[in-house]
Amino acid sequence: MNLDDYRGVWVFIEQNDSKIEGVSLELLGAGRKLADKLQVPLAGFLLGHDVKPLANQVISFGADVVYVIDHLVLKHYRTESFMKGVMLLAQKYKPEIILYGATPNGKDLASAVATDLSTGLTADTTMLDVDVENRLLEASRPAFGGNIMATILCKKHRPQMATVRPKVMKALDPDSSRLGKIIEEKIDLKEEEMRTKVLQIVNDVTKKANLADAHVIVCGGKGMGDFQNFQLIHELAETIGASVGGTRDVVEAGWLPHEQQVGQTGETVTPKIYFAIGISGAIQHVVGMKNSEFIIAINKDPNAPIFDVATYGIVGDAMEIVPKLIEQFKQLRSEKGGEISYA
Amino acid sequence: MPEKFDVIIVGAGPAGTSCALTCAKNGLNVLLIERGEYPGAKNVMGGVLYRKQMEELIPEFWKEAPLERPVIEQRFWMMDKESVVQFGYKGLEWAVEPYNNFTVLRAQFDQWFANKAVEAGALLINETVVTECIVENGKVVGVRTDRPDGEIFADVVVLADGVNSLLSKQLGFHKEFRPDEVALTVMEVINLPKEKINDRFNLEDNQGCTIEIFGDSTKGNLGTAFLYTNKDSLNIGVGTTLSSMIKAKLKPYELLDYLKNHPMVKPMLAGGESAEYLAHLIPEGGYRSVPKVAGNGVIVVGDAAQLVNAIHREGSNMAMHSGLLAAESILEAKSRGDFSEASLNIYREKLFDSFIIKDLEKYKDAAHTFEKYPQYFNDYVPMMNKAMSKFFTVDGTPKREKQKQIMKNVTAEKGTLKVLQDIYRAWKAVK
Amino acid sequence: MHIVVCVKQVPDTKIIKINPKTNTLDRRSAPAILNPYDAHAVQEAVKIKENTGGTISVLSMGPPQATAVIKKSIEIGADRGFLITDRAFAGADTLATSYALSKALERINKEIPVDMVICGKHAIDGDTGQVGPGIARRMDIPPVTNVIEVSEVNQKEKTVLIKRKLTSGYELIQSEMPCLLTVEKEINGIEYSPMPNMIKAARYEPIIWAVSDLENVDRTQLGLKGSPTIVGKMFTPPRPEGGKRLEGSADEQVGQLMEVLMEKRDLLTMQSSK
Ligand SMILES: Cc1cc2nc3c(=O)[nH]c(=O)nc-3n(C[C@H](O)[C@H](O)[C@H](O)COP(=O)(O)OP(=O)(O)OC[C@H]3O[C@@H](n4cnc5c(N)ncnc54)[C@H](O)[C@@H]3O)c2cc1C
Ligand SMILES: Cc1cc2nc3c(=O)[nH]c(=O)nc-3n(C[C@H](O)[C@H](O)[C@H](O)COP(=O)(O)OP(=O)(O)OC[C@H]3O[C@@H](n4cnc5c(N)ncnc54)[C@H](O)[C@@H]3O)c2cc1C
Ligand SMILES: Nc1ncnc2c1ncn2[C@@H]1O[C@H](COP(=O)(O)O)[C@@H](O)[C@H]1O
Repeated sequence: MNLDDYRGVWVFIEQNDSKIEGVSLELLGAGRKLADKLQVPLAGFLLGHDVKPLANQVISFGADVVYVIDHLVLKHYRTESFMKGVMLLAQKYKPEIILYGATPNGKDLASAVATDLSTGLTADTTMLDVDVENRLLEASRPAFGGNIMATILCKKHRPQMATVRPKVMKALDPDSSRLGKIIEEKIDLKEEEMRTKVLQIVNDVTKKANLADAHVIVCGGKGMGDFQNFQLIHELAETIGASVGGTRDVVEAGWLPHEQQVGQTGETVTPKIYFAIGISGAIQHVVGMKNSEFIIAINKDPNAPIFDVATYGIVGDAMEIVPKLIEQFKQLRSEKGGEISYA
Repeated sequence: MPEKFDVIIVGAGPAGTSCALTCAKNGLNVLLIERGEYPGAKNVMGGVLYRKQMEELIPEFWKEAPLERPVIEQRFWMMDKESVVQFGYKGLEWAVEPYNNFTVLRAQFDQWFANKAVEAGALLINETVVTECIVENGKVVGVRTDRPDGEIFADVVVLADGVNSLLSKQLGFHKEFRPDEVALTVMEVINLPKEKINDRFNLEDNQGCTIEIFGDSTKGNLGTAFLYTNKDSLNIGVGTTLSSMIKAKLKPYELLDYLKNHPMVKPMLAGGESAEYLAHLIPEGGYRSVPKVAGNGVIVVGDAAQLVNAIHREGSNMAMHSGLLAAESILEAKSRGDFSEASLNIYREKLFDSFIIKDLEKYKDAAHTFEKYPQYFNDYVPMMNKAMSKFFTVDGTPKREKQKQIMKNVTAEKGTLKVLQDIYRAWKAVK
Repeated sequence: MHIVVCVKQVPDTKIIKINPKTNTLDRRSAPAILNPYDAHAVQEAVKIKENTGGTISVLSMGPPQATAVIKKSIEIGADRGFLITDRAFAGADTLATSYALSKALERINKEIPVDMVICGKHAIDGDTGQVGPGIARRMDIPPVTNVIEVSEVNQKEKTVLIKRKLTSGYELIQSEMPCLLTVEKEINGIEYSPMPNMIKAARYEPIIWAVSDLENVDRTQLGLKGSPTIVGKMFTPPRPEGGKRLEGSADEQVGQLMEVLMEKRDLLTMQSSK
């Protein structure tokens, strides 16, 4: 293949019943930077039914071009129908980079498309950059184990593709005055040719991320004193949409089920933010959380070993500090009318 | 109908595996059952593997076994609060084949060793707990496991289930240990770059050193501590009898922390990263606690039979050798077609003819002596340190003078006769 | 009903540690295990077979030791297992992996037609989740990813009813068979294998294939050669300045903490708490 035939940075605009997924907007922000460096247009591509109205929002978040394929068969995401659409666009317009959100649908679609285009796909990227002179996408992701990053390159194939973790890139502030082109493509799909049918979609937000995948964990220790006080941990977690963890002693005390134990004989976790509250920091616990990116320790004992691994330490009484924190966040929420959240 | 094996062996530690290996090599149909995720998963030892008994099982094993370092230096420390009297031996003859002994990490070693038994034809089953022996009219005929359809049968069941050996307790072979019969040992594996280890212990690459520590390491309780070098980690541990632990209201972890922060030890560990923390019992009753080791259709080996030499911290070697002797006995019993207690008791005889019981017998009083007379740890170690300090401090006193003074201090503190008694008692216990 | 489950051997990430100095994986005492998601995949196949009868085959690509994960699958209840192992496979990324596996599946399918392929949601070492859909494309069968429930396997109509997990909630999908599923852990609980399975597994000798045992293979699509992606560089992410103590009264400390947290506000979703 002639690599120079491929130009432009594309972002898959994932939408569910006409609401654009947050990660797609984040990717427009990230994609904008890449496109500017490469001096090419940034495009979003949008597949679905009655989705055209969303195109302007895509432009306002940074796209120069929006490709739209509108078809009844595309009403719900399905690998077979969506990938046909993407194949059509990619083969016709030959982008050099395509980014997808690392959501169930984004990953599913990207994997299928990469196979049919027999090109490289980097999964769960957390850092994006380009090597301008070689026009190479530098997609970096945590190599496994957690605290090393690997930069993945795709030198000989185009488009270069990556799925990107939600909540790591920044969306631009929408600018409704931005101008852009909207290009519609026709596709010929027949429902009776589809081998899968979506019978029903059920939304329930109650499902909490499990510890291993959680971005934010509030972990409580024996220092919370008793089951009653431990509820503070749950309250803080709920207020900030975090998952709850505990030390073994807490689990043994029956304040939490074993699935929520962090440490050597529990889960190994590497969230972006880890609150360690009333936790001494015994090695068996620390081995399970020390690779977390940002660790906040609250402990009344200034010599507690947990402070050695903490990014920020507060020496004080959890019973006093935690309620204050909860207070602050609740206030913030009411002021700001709720932080934008992509969870 | 569940199938029947020649031998079922419970526990893939050194004892069980060596028995399985020997039985399988000799064509028996062997089932080896391990409760761990894999052999060695949870097994603990300071880490000195003795060459001799291993070599009986797998000649030149050092060519392929996952060993850490061959031990070329053994040090002994008499440790006081801020000083230590050391002696030891370093010999390059131990740095070349066939070597003397090695440091090992059990998690890897046991796995490799068990695999040897599998290669020899034994069937290994992990993650399966044997809950009890199946006894039919006075004879052990198989085992019951915690799995569905979990009963399996065999001519002989070998109990290699380690120090707690619930199974041999169930059979009434021995009762609960007295607290003074077991030592609780805690140890930590501390990651440290190879170069650092080589510098601090003054070793070439792939040379190992072991340090046995007496005295302040156990806060004056009966017991010892150790510090061993692996490739790029250290094993540090400390153990004391359950009884003294209870007496002194000590938490095992406190004891280890105390040792790790001891001014003589801390610099050796500086910059290291704790990798794992393990706690385990060692039977220290020695000769006096060797229980019944054979019954109708059943044999007990290794720690399960209390075969550990507390003084020299030997165990894995005795475990292996006892496993080997058990296998030989089973083969003989098989040829006789008789697996009764009478027939299997040749194992007991073999055991008593071997170095194992001879050593245990030799040291049978050691533990008790030291427990009864704490002064060995509490008084003499500090005394020795004072003496050395005095001896080496250059203050113009002629050396002969010094020796006189030292002896005076010693006897002043204790009284000549008492010192002589103690020394004699100690000598009797260990020599 | 013939179900093929793809199983991968991975190092146990619970135990694996990274040497902070060299940044290399410290594999000491880290045993290789059956990818946890794949264990659930095998378990699901066993559950399906209970109603439909048939055969469960497992397929793995990896080094010779990977026979261990096939034996593990037999413990869970698989009937037989294939390991494809060959120098030529080494260094494969997800594209080359799905190619090699689909070639092996071709041969398996010739011998007994395959009705369903099941993969794990992802492998805990690479955790890309890309191989499953890749295989589906190459076999030209529909993939359904993130499956949390399989019901109503209809062998006459050749259809199956599937619950697929979404970011919030799930969808109910009907798919034709043959199809490929990738399963979440929550789809089932791993049953404690009965003793006879354990003994069968301990005795079982997996079927081992090299490239030469597979038909019309394009070697340029295998292993490193067949992998479009390469690892550019490895580096440690900038670690936050460790061990800073916040000073002052409780309120002041909370105040300072809120400031640093606001830099990370987009990680915090402020729902009203119940
Ligand atoms: C083989 C083994 C495996 C283990 N595996 C695990 C494991 O997987 N996970 C695990 O967590 N542990 C594990 N442990 C246990 C571990 O060693 C510790 O015992 C445990 O982590 C301690 O839990 P903790 O910090 O909650 O309790 P503690 O150690 O009792 O710590 C309580 C802390 O809370 C502080 N505190 C008290 N009151 C307050 C207050 N009002 N405000 C603020 N701070 C306060 C105290 O200063 C203290 O530091 C294991 C142990 C062993 C031996
Ligand atoms: C801290 C420490 C340091 C030591 N240092 C040394 C040393 O340096 N050198 C030395 O030679 N010895 C040392 N020893 C002693 C040595 O570890 C033991 O003597 C040796 O491991 C005994 O081997 P074994 O096979 O009898 O028992 P173990 O090694 O304990 O093996 C028993 C096996 O049986 C399994 N098991 C138990 N119950 C069941 C069940 N119901 N069903 C299925 N499986 C079961 C266990 O999982 C285990 O794998 C040390 C011990 C300790 C604790
Ligand atoms: N080498 C392999 N052999 C067999 N199956 C594999 C292999 N690699 C990946 N898979 C399957 O693909 C799934 C997803 O893997 P991955 O795409 O690497 O995250 C795994 O859960 C397995 O079911």
